[in-house]
Amino acid sequence: MTRDSGTPLLSVAQAGKIYDNGTIALSDVNLTLEQGSFVSLVGPSGCGKSTLLRMIAGLIAPTNGAIQWPQDKARPADIGFVFQEATLMPWARVFDNVWLPLKLRGMPRETAREEVMAALSRVGLEAFAQAFPRELSGGMRMRVSIARAMVTGAKLLLMDEPFAALDEFTRENLDDDLLNLWQQQGWTVIFVTHSVYESVYLSGRVLVMGARPGRIIDEIRIDAADRVGAFRDSPAYIEHCRAVSAALRQGAAP
Amino acid sequence: MNASPRAVRILLPVTMGVLMLAGWEALVRLNDVPSFVLPAPSVIWASFIENFASLMASLWVTLSITLIAFALAILGGVGLAILFSQSRTIEMTFFPYAVILQVTPIVAIAPLILIWVGYERAQLAVLILAWIVAFFPILANTTLGLRSSDHNLRDLFRLYGANRWQILTELQLPSALPYMLGGIKISGGLALIGTVVAEFVAGSGTSTGLAWRIAEAGNRLQVPKMFAALLLLSVLGILIFFALSLIEYLLLRRWHESAVKREG
Repeated sequence: MTRDSGTPLLSVAQAGKIYDNGTIALSDVNLTLEQGSFVSLVGPSGCGKSTLLRMIAGLIAPTNGAIQWPQDKARPADIGFVFQEATLMPWARVFDNVWLPLKLRGMPRETAREEVMAALSRVGLEAFAQAFPRELSGGMRMRVSIARAMVTGAKLLLMDEPFAALDEFTRENLDDDLLNLWQQQGWTVIFVTHSVYESVYLSGRVLVMGARPGRIIDEIRIDAADRVGAFRDSPAYIEHCRAVSAALRQGAAP
Repeated sequence: MNASPRAVRILLPVTMGVLMLAGWEALVRLNDVPSFVLPAPSVIWASFIENFASLMASLWVTLSITLIAFALAILGGVGLAILFSQSRTIEMTFFPYAVILQVTPIVAIAPLILIWVGYERAQLAVLILAWIVAFFPILANTTLGLRSSDHNLRDLFRLYGANRWQILTELQLPSALPYMLGGIKISGGLALIGTVVAEFVAGSGTSTGLAWRIAEAGNRLQVPKMFAALLLLSVLGILIFFALSLIEYLLLRRWHESAVKREG
């Protein structure tokens, strides 16, 4: 059930990042991403997963190389970003948190109401529009964060270890919800995780990264054909997990 | 003995206060302590009633200067903090001077300010001195608060193309609010202290606030009147503290850890 259109959405061309203190966070990263694909980045801490994601979002500039956007010529204005923490404004109600991206573009509350409520209902939280973040569970807060990322109608969703701080059960539920939304909304997703299982379960492509310097060391593709029935219990799933683990070990070997 | 904790919290200090006052009254009467050494509470109360009009007039002078200095301290402190948050250069240039102004004892600056402003405008000098004492905690706390906004939220604002003004009003100021209110609560008390100290330094004839009443009564050995004025100052300080605590609670109760009620 992959929806790779084959049309490239973005390519990272020989991108590198050296921080001011001399740390080589990323070195020579090449990557082309098809529209509608779901790609995971896995790797040990310090391998530059988050740096790569932030670079694609335009939050940090590459030291060398470039991010290219063949279709739009420039970075699209609508990019959804989901952080490891829900990163909500604690002083604002759920509605106002989701409204934020539209508000920053000057859309008044009443005009935005329909879109905000639609985003909230897609994550199943329309009843909590007037709640404050602290009144919600960790999983619900994460859903608010996802609603906020989709409220602008962004087609590209960048997720930086979004469910890492949640318990296993909540995490698996959110994984399933995310896959459903991905199919409905026609998103392209880049998903950073340090969980081998999560990466295999979610994505069509798993990019394995190594540290010092951060780079992509391997790629495992998961066929749509494997993804049938109870994928988590299938031999194919376990096989892919093994492959990703092996690639990670190889990257960690001296 | 199943009184609610809330009732106990009020009952205990009140009982303690009544016992202390009764003991005080009894000790003074039994030992015939002269009232210029230690007046009995009943004598202080009588003096309070007797001098009610002049004490209230003085209270009004002290209160109005305190409130004006406090309001200006909030304006100045928050305003400067916002300015600092917009430019690191401005902050680096001016922050040390704010510190110098703060650490130099106000009593030592007071005579200078009085000479500059002129004894005929002593009220203005008192106002300036109270402001100097009160503005720094607001400036320091708000500066810290404006810098303490979640860096991921900052990234999010940048991602959605927020401008400086939006980052300031939608992110930095709300994040800074708990810090700001903490500074404001300290400054409310300091504004009163600053006013009183400045009134003392300004001295006789020029200022007519409560501190002046205390100094004047002290010179005439009217100790009951001193106590009455002191009582008013304490009540004023307590009222300011409670009013600010209430405002803080109302503004933060829905979302900030410090004010949220926990169940169980």
